[in-house]
Amino acid sequence: MDKEMELITKPMKVINIGIDSFLESLKIQGVEVVHVDWRPPAEGDSKLIEILDKLEFL
Amino acid sequence: MMSGIVKNIVLGNRYFDSLKLMRISGKIAEVQGVKKGAVVMATDLNKQILRDVGLFTAVLEEAKPDHLVVAVSLEDESYLDPVLKFIEAELEREATRSQGVGQMNPKTLESAFEALPGANLALISVPGTYAKREALRALKQGLHVFLFSDNVSLDEEIELKQFAEKNGLLVMGPGCGTAIINGIGLAFANVLKEGPVGIVAAAGTGLQEVSSLISNAGVGISHGFGTGGRDLSDKIGGITARQALHILEKDPKTKVIVLISKPPGPHTAQKLSGTLAGMNKPVVLNFIGLSSSIEKSDNVFVTKTLEDAALRAVCLIRGEEFKERVFAKEAGNVLKIAEREYNRFDEKQQYVRGLYSGGTVCSEATLILAELLPSVTSNMPPRAELKMKDAKVSAGHALIDLGDEEFTVGRAHPMIDPFVRKQRLIQEAKDPETAVILLDMVLGYGSNEDMAGALLSTIEEAKSLRQKSGGYLSVVASVVGTFEDPQGREEQIKKLTDGGVVVMPSNAQAARMAAVIVSRGRAKIA
Repeated sequence: MDKEMELITKPMKVINIGIDSFLESLKIQGVEVVHVDWRPPAEGDSKLIEILDKLEFL
Repeated sequence: MMSGIVKNIVLGNRYFDSLKLMRISGKIAEVQGVKKGAVVMATDLNKQILRDVGLFTAVLEEAKPDHLVVAVSLEDESYLDPVLKFIEAELEREATRSQGVGQMNPKTLESAFEALPGANLALISVPGTYAKREALRALKQGLHVFLFSDNVSLDEEIELKQFAEKNGLLVMGPGCGTAIINGIGLAFANVLKEGPVGIVAAAGTGLQEVSSLISNAGVGISHGFGTGGRDLSDKIGGITARQALHILEKDPKTKVIVLISKPPGPHTAQKLSGTLAGMNKPVVLNFIGLSSSIEKSDNVFVTKTLEDAALRAVCLIRGEEFKERVFAKEAGNVLKIAEREYNRFDEKQQYVRGLYSGGTVCSEATLILAELLPSVTSNMPPRAELKMKDAKVSAGHALIDLGDEEFTVGRAHPMIDPFVRKQRLIQEAKDPETAVILLDMVLGYGSNEDMAGALLSTIEEAKSLRQKSGGYLSVVASVVGTFEDPQGREEQIKKLTDGGVVVMPSNAQAARMAAVIVSRGRAKIA
């Protein structure tokens, strides 16, 4: 089965990361949605983020 | 150039999303004694922007990306305390507002995935620096990605899209403003009738204009996929567009497909020609009025305007004959309306000034006017030779995309925040050579809840300014949106019409109307 097709054949369930006002309009439309309280990782230190990502995906 | 003092205050490790900070930044200039100001997270990009606009001091050198900072230009030091108090109160208000979102929100994508089993799409709008990281994490969890964030590099886009394609997932974006899936609108989308037309668009307001016109014509939309503006360039090779076309071809609900993009790169155009020719459904193409080497076939139709793309799709569904539309019947007697406008001009009034919130509709209007009038320019020209010398000061016929970064520093997009457009409207009204102001009003989720209402007092002020110096300021607009949108298309049109604005049924018709008026009826409209 074509995996891409699942985008339209399965009910939409959304994870919202970032601007929280996008939540409202999805909720109004009856979409199941979870909002992530996102913060810049590792205090925004790009070198540290890179190291963390490498560890995580090992 | 700037007198007074510039102050930077680091408010410490507190994170607020960009939309919230823009809302606050937009209000700072209204505080007494403040010339301009912004509240931002101290990312490298934001620091650079503050440098560029003269709001940066050495205090910010050490600030980290997760530090919230205030940057203000004040008449004198005594105004600092009141403005900081104002900002704190606004931050508190924004924080309270988000509490309604839910107190126990997960902190990471992975824990959100546990909280919502079966999640299949991530809507990502974090700052560009972190966007690829979050998008890749989402793809690795098996989620499709809607990437609203911009400032994502071409290499990052390629990496994300290649990974997604291998895993049967789509990346809509970066810089994707709109998508509609099974009638559900993501980010900036209109409330549309569901129906048999599927759309693939590398142009945000292009998707909004075409989907709204189709819906308003009584036919509806099955799905509308945004791809990000660079998707059909040769570097990306149209990865998302091809995936989206494939989905629409297999989707039993979709009977006709519309593809909207800037002209594809030559290699991509060649590949796409093959794909399109082999498709089992008719495809309507629109390259924002530009030409492309894509080959036409029995099943592939190229249209010049967004409106014609919509109309063509509607005709294919209804089995009706298609004719290019110049002016719609409901536009009334165009020449008569134009005459009523230009008869009140004085002889100095010569030019159209377009003040746009939507990039694609601005490009389209620029090309339409360039065919009808001499020396038309734009700050975001669809063709290089139409480039405006200085976006801050209009000369000749000029169309300005106010969504360009140059105008949005520390502010929300002009579809949300009317401030920059209001300022520019007055600036143009004071120019004795301005004859016609051309506007777009973009409705739907995410956009300003009443843009017509927000602009009306300024339109009135601009018109009366012009009247005082003799002459008359003509204002022409089109409304991108549907009858079902939260703002209501009809209500917005009525407000504008009552305010003396000539409202046309589409962006293309508004541009042509502006040309007829400014040329005193002489523009050669086919």
